[in-house]
Amino acid sequence: MFALVDCNNFYASCERVFQPQWEGKPVVILSNNDGCVIARSNEAKALGIPMGAPAFQYRSFFKQKGVCVFSSNYPLYGDMSSRVMSILEQYTPNVEIYSIDEAFLQFKGFDLFDLQAEGQRMRKQVRRWTGIPVSVGMAPTKALAKIANKIAKKFEVKTGGVYCIDTEGKRIKALKWTAIGDVWGIGRQHRKRLEAMGVTNAWQFTLLPDDWIRKQMSVLGLRLKKDLQGIPSIQLEEVQPLKKGIATTRSFEGTLTDFSDIEERLSTFASSCAEKMRKQGSSCTALLIFLRSDPHKKGATLYRNSCVLTLPYATNSSIVLSKYAVLGLRKIFKEGIHYKKAGVMIMGLVPTATRQLPLFGGEEVKHLAVMQALDRIHKRFGPHQMKLANQDLQRTWKMKQEHLSQRFTTEINEIITVK
Amino acid sequence: MAPQKLTFFHPDQDQQKSLHLVQEGISAGFPSPADDFKELRISIDQEVVRNEEATFYARVSGESMQGAGLDDGDLLVIDRSMEPQHDKIAICYIDGEFTVKRLKVVSDAVFLMPENPKYQPIKVTEENELIIWGIVTYVVKKL
Repeated sequence: MFALVDCNNFYASCERVFQPQWEGKPVVILSNNDGCVIARSNEAKALGIPMGAPAFQYRSFFKQKGVCVFSSNYPLYGDMSSRVMSILEQYTPNVEIYSIDEAFLQFKGFDLFDLQAEGQRMRKQVRRWTGIPVSVGMAPTKALAKIANKIAKKFEVKTGGVYCIDTEGKRIKALKWTAIGDVWGIGRQHRKRLEAMGVTNAWQFTLLPDDWIRKQMSVLGLRLKKDLQGIPSIQLEEVQPLKKGIATTRSFEGTLTDFSDIEERLSTFASSCAEKMRKQGSSCTALLIFLRSDPHKKGATLYRNSCVLTLPYATNSSIVLSKYAVLGLRKIFKEGIHYKKAGVMIMGLVPTATRQLPLFGGEEVKHLAVMQALDRIHKRFGPHQMKLANQDLQRTWKMKQEHLSQRFTTEINEIITVK
Repeated sequence: MAPQKLTFFHPDQDQQKSLHLVQEGISAGFPSPADDFKELRISIDQEVVRNEEATFYARVSGESMQGAGLDDGDLLVIDRSMEPQHDKIAICYIDGEFTVKRLKVVSDAVFLMPENPKYQPIKVTEENELIIWGIVTYVVKKL
Protein backbone atom coordinates (compact mmCIF):
# COMPACT_ATOMS: atom_id res chain seq x y z
CA MET A 1 0.00 0.00 0.00
CA PHE A 2 1.01 3.57 -0.66
CA ALA A 3 0.07 6.67 1.27
CA LEU A 4 0.27 10.22 0.04
CA VAL A 5 0.60 12.66 2.90
CA ASP A 6 -0.04 16.23 1.89
CA CYS A 7 0.12 19.31 4.11
CA ASN A 8 -3.05 21.38 3.89
CA ASN A 9 -2.36 24.89 2.53
CA PHE A 10 1.20 24.42 3.69
CA TYR A 11 2.61 27.96 3.56
CA ALA A 12 -0.47 29.46 5.20
CA SER A 13 -0.41 26.71 7.84
CA CYS A 14 3.26 27.44 8.66
CA GLU A 15 2.43 31.09 9.27
CA ARG A 16 -0.55 30.18 11.42
CA VAL A 17 1.48 27.96 13.75
CA PHE A 18 3.29 31.04 15.02
CA GLN A 19 0.47 33.51 14.51
CA PRO A 20 -2.63 31.59 15.54
CA GLN A 21 -4.80 34.72 15.29
CA TRP A 22 -5.04 33.98 11.55
CA GLU A 23 -6.65 30.60 12.14
CA GLY A 24 -9.96 30.55 10.27
CA LYS A 25 -9.20 33.80 8.44
CA PRO A 26 -8.17 34.35 4.82
CA VAL A 27 -4.39 34.21 4.36
CA VAL A 28 -2.35 34.64 1.16
CA ILE A 29 1.38 34.27 0.58
CA LEU A 30 3.17 36.33 -2.07
CA SER A 31 6.04 35.28 -4.32
CA ASN A 32 9.58 36.61 -4.02
CA ASN A 33 9.51 40.39 -4.21
CA ASP A 34 5.83 40.36 -3.26
CA GLY A 35 4.83 39.97 -6.91
CA CYS A 36 1.83 37.67 -6.94
CA VAL A 37 -0.16 35.22 -4.84
CA ILE A 38 1.48 31.78 -4.67
CA ALA A 39 -0.45 30.19 -1.80
CA ARG A 40 -3.87 30.64 -0.28
CA SER A 41 -5.75 29.40 2.74
CA ASN A 42 -9.18 27.83 2.19
CA GLU A 43 -10.83 31.06 3.28
CA ALA A 44 -8.82 33.01 0.68
CA LYS A 45 -9.80 30.50 -1.99
CA ALA A 46 -13.44 30.94 -1.00
CA LEU A 47 -13.09 34.69 -1.59
CA GLY A 48 -12.24 33.89 -5.19
CA ILE A 49 -8.60 35.05 -5.08
CA PRO A 50 -6.93 33.18 -7.96
CA MET A 51 -3.48 31.63 -7.89
CA GLY A 52 -1.00 34.09 -9.39
CA ALA A 53 -3.13 37.15 -8.64
CA PRO A 54 -0.86 40.24 -8.97
CA ALA A 55 -0.50 41.75 -5.50
CA PHE A 56 -0.67 45.36 -6.62
CA GLN A 57 -4.02 44.79 -8.33
CA TYR A 58 -5.51 43.15 -5.27
CA ARG A 59 -4.17 45.51 -2.63
CA SER A 60 -7.48 47.23 -1.89
CA PHE A 61 -9.41 43.97 -2.16
CA PHE A 62 -7.16 42.41 0.49
CA LYS A 63 -7.70 45.38 2.76
CA GLN A 64 -11.43 45.45 2.25
CA LYS A 65 -11.89 41.73 2.96
CA GLY A 66 -9.40 41.59 5.82
CA VAL A 67 -7.07 39.20 4.02
CA CYS A 68 -3.80 38.65 5.82
CA VAL A 69 -0.86 38.99 3.43
CA PHE A 70 2.55 37.40 3.96
CA SER A 71 5.77 37.63 1.96
CA SER A 72 7.17 34.17 1.35
CA ASN A 73 9.31 33.05 4.27
CA TYR A 74 11.24 30.11 2.79
CA PRO A 75 13.56 29.56 5.76
CA LEU A 76 10.45 28.93 7.87
CA TYR A 77 8.65 26.74 5.31
CA GLY A 78 11.79 24.72 4.63
CA ASP A 79 12.36 23.98 8.29
CA MET A 80 8.73 23.09 8.98
CA SER A 81 8.75 20.82 5.95
CA SER A 82 11.78 18.90 7.15
CA ARG A 83 10.16 18.44 10.55
CA VAL A 84 7.04 16.97 8.95
CA MET A 85 9.06 14.69 6.67
CA SER A 86 11.21 13.33 9.44
CA ILE A 87 8.12 12.49 11.51
CA LEU A 88 6.72 10.60 8.52
CA GLU A 89 9.96 8.66 8.25
CA GLN A 90 9.20 7.12 11.62
CA TYR A 91 6.27 5.25 10.09
CA THR A 92 8.04 3.45 7.27
CA PRO A 93 11.56 3.31 5.88
CA ASN A 94 10.23 3.79 2.33
CA VAL A 95 9.53 7.48 1.87
CA GLU A 96 9.64 9.59 -1.24
CA ILE A 97 9.66 13.32 -0.52
CA TYR A 98 7.69 14.49 -3.50
CA SER A 99 7.68 18.22 -2.86
CA ILE A 100 8.03 20.69 0.00
CA ASP A 101 4.62 19.67 1.32
CA GLU A 102 3.96 16.15 0.01
CA ALA A 103 5.45 12.73 0.57
CA PHE A 104 4.66 9.24 -0.66
CA LEU A 105 5.02 6.48 1.90
CA GLN A 106 5.12 2.83 0.97
CA PHE A 107 3.93 0.23 3.43
CA LYS A 108 5.42 -3.16 2.72
CA GLY A 109 4.50 -6.02 4.99
CA PHE A 110 1.92 -4.01 6.89
CA ASP A 111 -0.93 -6.37 5.96
CA LEU A 112 -1.86 -6.97 9.54
CA PHE A 113 -1.93 -3.29 10.39
CA ASP A 114 -5.05 -1.19 10.38
CA LEU A 115 -3.77 1.39 7.93
CA GLN A 116 -6.71 3.70 8.45
CA ALA A 117 -5.80 3.91 12.12
CA GLU A 118 -2.13 4.31 11.21
CA GLY A 119 -3.08 7.26 9.00
CA GLN A 120 -5.00 8.87 11.83
CA ARG A 121 -2.05 8.42 14.15
CA MET A 122 0.25 10.02 11.62
CA ARG A 123 -2.07 12.95 11.12
CA LYS A 124 -2.47 13.50 14.83
CA GLN A 125 1.24 13.30 15.53
CA VAL A 126 2.23 15.73 12.78
CA ARG A 127 -0.44 18.16 13.95
CA ARG A 128 0.53 17.91 17.60
CA TRP A 129 4.30 18.04 17.08
CA THR A 130 4.52 20.69 14.39
CA GLY A 131 1.10 22.35 14.26
CA ILE A 132 0.75 21.52 10.56
CA PRO A 133 -2.53 19.89 9.42
CA VAL A 134 -2.10 17.07 6.89
CA SER A 135 -4.38 14.87 4.80
CA VAL A 136 -3.61 11.23 4.14
CA GLY A 137 -4.72 9.23 1.10
CA MET A 138 -4.05 5.50 0.97
CA ALA A 139 -4.35 3.06 -1.91
CA PRO A 140 -2.56 0.14 -3.57
CA THR A 141 -0.82 2.49 -6.07
CA LYS A 142 0.65 5.98 -6.11
CA ALA A 143 -1.82 7.42 -8.62
CA LEU A 144 -4.74 6.13 -6.57
CA ALA A 145 -3.17 7.41 -3.34
CA LYS A 146 -3.12 10.86 -4.95
CA ILE A 147 -6.85 10.58 -5.60
CA ALA A 148 -7.54 9.21 -2.12
CA ASN A 149 -5.73 12.21 -0.72
CA LYS A 150 -7.95 14.59 -2.69
CA ILE A 151 -11.00 12.85 -1.25
CA ALA A 152 -9.61 13.01 2.28
CA LYS A 153 -9.02 16.73 1.89
CA LYS A 154 -12.27 17.57 0.17
CA PHE A 155 -14.44 15.67 2.64
CA GLU A 156 -12.34 16.32 5.71
CA VAL A 157 -15.21 16.22 8.19
CA LYS A 158 -16.56 12.94 6.91
CA THR A 159 -13.24 11.17 6.40
CA GLY A 160 -11.39 12.64 9.36
CA GLY A 161 -8.66 13.64 6.94
CA VAL A 162 -7.73 10.05 6.09
CA TYR A 163 -9.16 8.10 3.17
CA CYS A 164 -8.26 4.61 2.10
CA ILE A 165 -9.13 3.16 -1.31
CA ASP A 166 -9.03 -0.49 -0.33
CA THR A 167 -11.92 -2.08 -2.19
CA GLU A 168 -12.82 -2.33 -5.86
CA GLY A 169 -16.06 -0.46 -5.18
CA LYS A 170 -14.26 2.46 -3.59
CA ARG A 171 -11.75 2.56 -6.43
CA ILE A 172 -14.41 2.81 -9.12
CA LYS A 173 -16.39 5.38 -7.21
CA ALA A 174 -13.27 7.48 -6.66
CA LEU A 175 -12.25 7.31 -10.32
CA LYS A 176 -15.70 8.36 -11.48
CA TRP A 177 -15.54 11.30 -9.09
CA THR A 178 -12.15 12.49 -10.42
CA ALA A 179 -12.18 14.86 -13.41
CA ILE A 180 -9.65 13.85 -16.04
CA GLY A 181 -7.75 17.13 -15.66
CA ASP A 182 -7.21 16.42 -11.96
CA VAL A 183 -5.51 13.09 -12.57
CA TRP A 184 -1.85 13.08 -11.58
CA GLY A 185 0.26 13.44 -14.71
CA ILE A 186 -2.48 14.49 -17.13
CA GLY A 187 -1.40 17.87 -18.45
CA ARG A 188 -3.41 20.49 -20.28
CA GLN A 189 -2.72 19.11 -23.74
CA HIS A 190 -3.76 15.57 -22.89
CA ARG A 191 -6.78 16.83 -21.02
CA LYS A 192 -8.03 18.76 -24.02
CA ARG A 193 -7.61 15.80 -26.31
CA LEU A 194 -9.23 13.33 -23.93
CA GLU A 195 -12.16 15.62 -23.21
CA ALA A 196 -12.74 16.08 -26.92
CA MET A 197 -13.08 12.29 -27.13
CA GLY A 198 -15.63 12.29 -24.34
CA VAL A 199 -13.23 11.06 -21.66
CA THR A 200 -14.05 13.41 -18.81
CA ASN A 201 -13.21 11.37 -15.73
CA ALA A 202 -10.49 9.01 -14.58
CA TRP A 203 -12.77 5.98 -14.80
CA GLN A 204 -13.34 6.49 -18.53
CA PHE A 205 -9.60 6.87 -19.00
CA THR A 206 -8.98 3.39 -17.58
CA LEU A 207 -11.37 1.94 -20.18
CA LEU A 208 -9.30 3.18 -23.14
CA PRO A 209 -7.38 0.47 -24.99
CA ASP A 210 -3.72 0.00 -24.00
CA ASP A 211 -2.49 0.39 -27.57
CA TRP A 212 -4.13 3.74 -28.02
CA ILE A 213 -2.75 5.11 -24.77
CA ARG A 214 0.76 3.87 -25.48
CA LYS A 215 0.69 5.41 -28.91
CA GLN A 216 -0.75 8.76 -27.86
CA MET A 217 0.73 9.19 -24.41
CA SER A 218 3.81 6.96 -24.43
CA VAL A 219 4.58 4.32 -21.87
CA LEU A 220 4.08 6.87 -19.10
CA GLY A 221 0.40 7.10 -19.97
CA LEU A 222 0.12 3.34 -19.93
CA ARG A 223 1.76 3.13 -16.53
CA LEU A 224 -0.71 5.71 -15.29
CA LYS A 225 -3.62 3.62 -16.56
CA LYS A 226 -2.32 0.48 -14.81
CA ASP A 227 -1.76 2.47 -11.63
CA LEU A 228 -5.32 3.77 -11.73
CA GLN A 229 -6.51 0.19 -12.22
CA GLY A 230 -4.83 -0.73 -8.98
CA ILE A 231 -1.80 -2.46 -10.50
CA PRO A 232 1.33 -0.83 -9.03
CA SER A 233 3.30 0.54 -11.99
CA ILE A 234 4.75 3.83 -10.81
CA GLN A 235 7.58 3.15 -8.39
CA LEU A 236 8.61 4.98 -5.28
CA GLU A 237 11.60 7.23 -5.91
CA GLU A 238 13.37 7.27 -2.63
CA VAL A 239 16.51 8.84 -3.97
CA GLN A 240 15.85 12.29 -5.31
CA PRO A 241 17.03 12.42 -8.90
CA LEU A 242 19.44 15.26 -9.58
CA LYS A 243 17.68 18.43 -10.56
CA LYS A 244 17.42 18.69 -14.30
CA GLY A 245 16.80 22.40 -14.35
CA ILE A 246 18.28 25.12 -12.19
CA ALA A 247 17.27 28.72 -12.54
CA THR A 248 17.49 31.99 -10.69
CA THR A 249 15.09 34.63 -11.88
CA ARG A 250 13.83 37.73 -10.12
CA SER A 251 11.55 40.66 -10.65
CA PHE A 252 13.30 43.87 -9.66
CA GLU A 253 11.82 45.99 -6.95
CA GLY A 254 11.60 48.98 -9.27
CA THR A 255 12.75 48.99 -12.87
CA LEU A 256 16.34 49.07 -14.10
CA THR A 257 17.59 50.84 -17.21
CA ASP A 258 21.34 50.85 -16.76
CA PHE A 259 23.53 48.20 -18.39
CA SER A 260 25.82 47.95 -15.37
CA ASP A 261 22.90 47.43 -12.97
CA ILE A 262 21.56 44.55 -15.00
CA GLU A 263 25.05 43.19 -15.52
CA GLU A 264 25.40 43.06 -11.76
CA ARG A 265 22.08 41.24 -11.41
CA LEU A 266 22.80 38.64 -14.06
CA SER A 267 26.24 37.99 -12.69
CA THR A 268 24.72 37.41 -9.27
CA PHE A 269 22.07 35.08 -10.71
CA ALA A 270 24.72 33.11 -12.60
CA SER A 271 26.83 32.74 -9.46
CA SER A 272 23.81 31.58 -7.53
CA CYS A 273 23.05 28.95 -10.20
CA ALA A 274 26.68 27.84 -10.12
CA GLU A 275 26.48 27.47 -6.37
CA LYS A 276 23.34 25.35 -6.64
CA MET A 277 25.07 23.13 -9.19
CA ARG A 278 28.13 22.68 -7.01
CA LYS A 279 25.85 21.70 -4.15
CA GLN A 280 24.42 18.78 -6.07
CA GLY A 281 27.62 17.91 -7.92
CA SER A 282 26.51 18.97 -11.40
CA SER A 283 28.02 21.03 -14.17
CA CYS A 284 26.28 22.58 -17.13
CA THR A 285 27.03 22.89 -20.81
CA ALA A 286 24.76 25.80 -21.68
CA LEU A 287 22.88 28.65 -20.09
CA LEU A 288 19.96 30.81 -21.06
CA ILE A 289 19.56 34.40 -19.99
CA PHE A 290 16.47 36.51 -20.41
CA LEU A 291 15.30 40.07 -19.92
CA ARG A 292 11.83 41.52 -19.76
CA SER A 293 10.41 45.03 -19.53
CA ASP A 294 7.60 45.98 -17.19
CA PRO A 295 4.33 44.83 -18.79
CA HIS A 296 2.20 46.83 -16.36
CA LYS A 297 3.87 50.16 -17.04
CA LYS A 298 1.64 52.17 -19.34
CA GLY A 299 3.23 53.85 -22.35
CA ALA A 300 6.63 52.18 -21.94
CA THR A 301 8.10 50.11 -24.78
CA LEU A 302 7.49 46.41 -24.32
CA TYR A 303 10.59 44.35 -24.81
CA ARG A 304 11.53 40.81 -24.00
CA ASN A 305 14.40 38.79 -25.26
CA SER A 306 16.54 35.83 -24.37
CA CYS A 307 19.60 34.06 -25.63
CA VAL A 308 21.23 30.71 -25.15
CA LEU A 309 24.97 30.47 -24.69
CA THR A 310 26.73 27.21 -25.30
CA LEU A 311 29.77 26.72 -23.14
CA PRO A 312 32.94 25.22 -24.58
CA TYR A 313 33.09 22.70 -21.74
CA ALA A 314 30.93 21.57 -18.84
CA THR A 315 31.52 23.72 -15.80
CA ASN A 316 30.08 24.92 -12.53
CA SER A 317 32.52 27.76 -11.95
CA SER A 318 30.82 31.01 -10.94
CA ILE A 319 33.51 32.92 -12.79
CA VAL A 320 32.92 31.23 -16.15
CA LEU A 321 29.13 31.32 -15.89
CA SER A 322 29.09 34.96 -14.89
CA LYS A 323 31.36 35.79 -17.82
CA TYR A 324 29.05 34.09 -20.29
CA ALA A 325 25.93 35.59 -18.74
CA VAL A 326 27.37 39.06 -19.27
CA LEU A 327 28.39 38.12 -22.80
CA GLY A 328 24.78 37.18 -23.48
CA LEU A 329 23.51 40.36 -21.95
CA ARG A 330 25.66 42.38 -24.39
CA LYS A 331 23.82 40.63 -27.21
CA ILE A 332 20.28 41.32 -26.08
CA PHE A 333 20.50 44.51 -24.02
CA LYS A 334 18.70 47.51 -25.51
CA GLU A 335 19.00 51.08 -24.26
CA GLY A 336 16.01 53.01 -23.03
CA ILE A 337 13.96 50.08 -21.79
CA HIS A 338 12.59 49.87 -18.26
CA TYR A 339 13.55 46.34 -17.31
CA LYS A 340 11.49 44.59 -14.68
CA LYS A 341 12.71 41.03 -14.67
CA ALA A 342 15.78 39.04 -15.61
CA GLY A 343 17.00 35.54 -15.07
CA VAL A 344 19.55 32.85 -15.71
CA MET A 345 18.58 29.27 -16.46
CA ILE A 346 21.00 26.40 -16.59
CA MET A 347 20.75 23.82 -19.35
CA GLY A 348 22.47 20.61 -20.22
CA LEU A 349 23.20 19.48 -16.70
CA VAL A 350 25.72 16.68 -16.34
CA PRO A 351 27.27 15.10 -13.26
CA THR A 352 30.58 16.83 -12.59
CA ALA A 353 32.30 13.55 -11.79
CA THR A 354 31.57 12.02 -15.18
CA ARG A 355 31.54 15.10 -17.40
CA GLN A 356 33.26 15.12 -20.78
CA LEU A 357 36.60 16.86 -20.54
CA PRO A 358 37.79 18.97 -23.47
CA LEU A 359 40.88 17.83 -25.34
CA PHE A 360 42.45 21.26 -25.67
CA GLY A 361 42.28 24.12 -23.26
CA GLY A 362 39.31 23.75 -20.99
CA GLU A 363 38.75 24.96 -17.54
CA GLU A 364 41.29 26.90 -15.60
CA VAL A 365 42.19 24.36 -12.94
CA LYS A 366 42.52 27.06 -10.32
CA HIS A 367 38.78 27.72 -10.52
CA LEU A 368 37.99 24.48 -8.77
CA ALA A 369 40.04 25.45 -5.75
CA VAL A 370 38.69 28.99 -5.77
CA MET A 371 35.10 27.77 -5.90
CA GLN A 372 35.70 25.31 -3.07
CA ALA A 373 37.15 28.11 -0.97
CA LEU A 374 34.21 30.36 -1.86
CA ASP A 375 31.67 27.72 -0.85
CA ARG A 376 33.45 27.11 2.40
CA ILE A 377 33.54 30.82 3.24
CA HIS A 378 29.83 31.12 2.52
CA LYS A 379 29.07 28.12 4.65
CA ARG A 380 31.03 29.44 7.56
CA PHE A 381 30.31 33.17 7.44
CA GLY A 382 26.96 33.22 5.70
CA PRO A 383 26.01 33.70 2.06
CA HIS A 384 27.00 36.74 -0.01
CA GLN A 385 30.10 37.45 2.06
CA MET A 386 32.35 37.14 -0.95
CA LYS A 387 31.45 38.05 -4.48
CA LEU A 388 32.89 38.37 -7.94
CA ALA A 389 34.24 41.78 -8.88
CA ASN A 390 31.36 42.54 -11.22
CA GLN A 391 28.92 42.00 -8.41
CA ASP A 392 28.25 44.87 -6.08
CA LEU A 393 29.50 44.35 -2.55
CA GLN A 394 27.88 47.48 -1.16
CA ARG A 395 24.56 47.06 -2.78
CA THR A 396 22.64 44.34 -1.06
CA TRP A 397 19.83 43.55 -3.41
CA LYS A 398 17.12 43.17 -0.91
CA MET A 399 13.99 41.49 -1.97
CA LYS A 400 10.80 43.40 -1.49
CA GLN A 401 9.32 41.62 1.49
CA GLU A 402 6.98 44.02 3.15
CA HIS A 403 4.92 41.38 4.87
CA LEU A 404 7.64 39.01 6.03
CA SER A 405 7.06 37.07 9.22
CA GLN A 406 9.92 36.14 11.51
CA ARG A 407 12.20 33.14 10.99
CA PHE A 408 10.72 31.56 14.10
CA THR A 409 12.65 28.29 13.88
CA THR A 410 15.97 29.14 12.28
CA GLU A 411 17.06 32.44 13.84
CA ILE A 412 17.46 32.73 17.59
CA ASN A 413 16.72 36.47 17.58
CA GLU A 414 13.39 35.97 15.85
CA ILE A 415 11.74 33.31 18.04
CA ILE A 416 8.34 33.95 19.62
CA THR A 417 8.15 35.94 22.84
CA VAL A 418 5.88 34.87 25.66
CA LYS A 419 4.58 37.01 28.49
CA MET B 1 17.97 -6.39 -24.34
CA ALA B 2 16.15 -3.36 -23.12
CA PRO B 3 18.46 -0.53 -22.06
CA GLN B 4 18.64 -0.29 -18.33
CA LYS B 5 18.11 3.01 -16.65
CA LEU B 6 21.11 3.78 -14.57
CA THR B 7 21.18 6.12 -11.63
CA PHE B 8 24.53 7.48 -10.57
CA PHE B 9 25.16 8.26 -6.97
CA HIS B 10 27.58 10.94 -5.99
CA PRO B 11 29.32 11.43 -2.71
CA ASP B 12 27.88 14.37 -0.89
CA GLN B 13 30.91 16.57 -0.49
CA ASP B 14 28.98 19.35 1.09
CA GLN B 15 27.95 17.78 4.34
CA GLN B 16 31.07 17.12 6.27
CA LYS B 17 31.04 15.31 9.54
CA SER B 18 34.20 15.82 11.47
CA LEU B 19 35.67 12.68 12.90
CA HIS B 20 38.31 12.22 15.48
CA LEU B 21 41.66 11.70 13.95
CA VAL B 22 43.16 8.75 15.68
CA GLN B 23 46.83 9.40 15.62
CA GLU B 24 48.55 6.16 16.01
CA GLY B 25 49.88 3.70 13.53
CA ILE B 26 53.30 3.95 12.02
CA SER B 27 54.74 6.86 13.98
CA ALA B 28 57.64 5.89 16.19
CA GLY B 29 56.38 7.41 19.42
CA PHE B 30 54.40 5.75 22.13
CA PRO B 31 50.72 5.42 21.06
CA SER B 32 48.30 7.54 23.02
CA PRO B 33 46.72 5.41 25.76
CA ALA B 34 43.51 7.46 25.36
CA ASP B 35 42.87 6.52 21.74
CA ASP B 36 40.67 3.58 22.60
CA PHE B 37 38.56 5.65 24.95
CA LYS B 38 37.64 8.62 22.79
CA GLU B 39 34.02 9.69 23.16
CA LEU B 40 31.88 12.44 21.68
CA ARG B 41 32.07 15.76 23.45
CA ILE B 42 29.10 16.75 25.60
CA SER B 43 26.45 18.71 23.78
CA ILE B 44 23.71 20.71 25.50
CA ASP B 45 21.48 20.05 22.51
CA GLN B 46 21.53 16.34 23.15
CA GLU B 47 20.53 16.87 26.74
CA VAL B 48 17.64 19.30 26.27
CA VAL B 49 16.20 18.24 22.91
CA ARG B 50 14.25 15.01 23.16
CA ASN B 51 12.30 15.23 19.91
CA GLU B 52 14.04 17.42 17.42
CA GLU B 53 10.96 17.71 15.18
CA ALA B 54 8.77 18.93 18.04
CA THR B 55 11.25 21.31 19.68
CA PHE B 56 10.78 25.06 19.42
CA TYR B 57 12.16 28.01 21.34
CA ALA B 58 10.67 31.12 22.91
CA ARG B 59 11.95 34.19 24.73
CA VAL B 60 10.40 35.26 28.05
CA SER B 61 9.14 38.80 28.31
CA GLY B 62 8.04 40.04 31.74
CA GLU B 63 8.07 38.66 35.27
CA SER B 64 4.84 36.71 35.62
CA MET B 65 6.67 33.42 36.15
CA GLN B 66 9.55 34.65 38.28
CA GLY B 67 8.66 32.22 41.06
CA ALA B 68 9.25 29.30 38.71
CA GLY B 69 12.65 30.68 37.76
CA LEU B 70 11.58 32.16 34.43
CA ASP B 71 12.99 35.66 34.20
CA ASP B 72 12.70 38.37 31.62
CA GLY B 73 14.91 37.51 28.63
CA ASP B 74 15.31 33.81 29.41
CA LEU B 75 15.26 31.28 26.60
CA LEU B 76 12.67 28.52 26.86
CA VAL B 77 12.89 25.09 25.26
CA ILE B 78 9.44 23.92 24.21
CA ASP B 79 8.48 20.34 23.44
CA ARG B 80 5.23 20.17 21.49
CA SER B 81 5.14 16.38 21.59
CA MET B 82 4.31 16.31 25.31
CA GLU B 83 0.70 16.04 26.40
CA PRO B 84 -0.53 19.01 28.44
CA GLN B 85 -0.97 17.99 32.07
CA HIS B 86 -1.87 19.54 35.37
CA ASP B 87 1.09 21.31 36.98
CA LYS B 88 3.18 21.53 33.78
CA ILE B 89 4.47 24.88 32.60
CA ALA B 90 2.99 25.51 29.17
CA ILE B 91 3.14 28.00 26.35
CA CYS B 92 -0.45 29.02 25.77
CA TYR B 93 -2.05 31.16 23.16
CA ILE B 94 -5.00 32.95 24.67
CA ASP B 95 -6.96 35.91 23.36
CA GLY B 96 -4.43 36.85 20.72
CA GLU B 97 -1.28 36.51 22.80
CA PHE B 98 1.37 33.96 23.69
CA THR B 99 1.84 33.49 27.40
CA VAL B 100 3.78 31.11 29.63
CA LYS B 101 1.96 29.86 32.73
CA ARG B 102 1.58 26.81 34.90
CA LEU B 103 -1.49 24.73 34.05
CA LYS B 104 -3.94 24.07 36.83
CA VAL B 105 -6.70 21.63 36.00
CA VAL B 106 -9.47 21.38 38.59
CA SER B 107 -12.65 19.32 38.30
CA ASP B 108 -14.23 21.33 35.50
CA ALA B 109 -12.02 24.30 34.81
CA VAL B 110 -8.55 25.21 33.62
CA PHE B 111 -6.51 27.99 35.16
CA LEU B 112 -3.33 29.55 33.86
CA MET B 113 -1.34 30.26 36.99
CA PRO B 114 1.35 32.94 37.16
CA GLU B 115 4.10 32.52 39.73
CA ASN B 116 4.37 36.06 40.92
CA PRO B 117 1.97 37.57 43.49
CA LYS B 118 1.67 40.70 41.36
CA TYR B 119 -0.17 38.77 38.66
CA GLN B 120 -3.67 37.27 38.68
CA PRO B 121 -4.49 33.71 37.65
CA ILE B 122 -6.37 33.48 34.35
CA LYS B 123 -9.49 31.38 34.42
CA VAL B 124 -10.14 29.86 31.02
CA THR B 125 -13.81 30.13 30.15
CA GLU B 126 -15.70 29.11 27.07
CA GLU B 127 -15.36 32.61 25.67
CA ASN B 128 -11.60 32.39 25.64
CA GLU B 129 -9.87 30.82 22.73
CA LEU B 130 -7.13 28.76 24.26
CA ILE B 131 -4.43 26.84 22.47
CA ILE B 132 -1.96 24.93 24.59
CA TRP B 133 0.91 25.39 22.19
CA GLY B 134 3.63 23.36 23.88
CA ILE B 135 5.20 22.31 27.15
CA VAL B 136 8.26 24.06 28.53
CA THR B 137 10.97 21.52 29.30
CA TYR B 138 14.05 23.65 30.00
CA VAL B 139 14.96 27.24 30.65
CA VAL B 140 18.28 28.71 29.57
CA LYS B 141 19.37 31.83 31.35
CA LYS B 142 22.38 34.06 31.16
CA LEU B 143 24.03 34.82 34.47
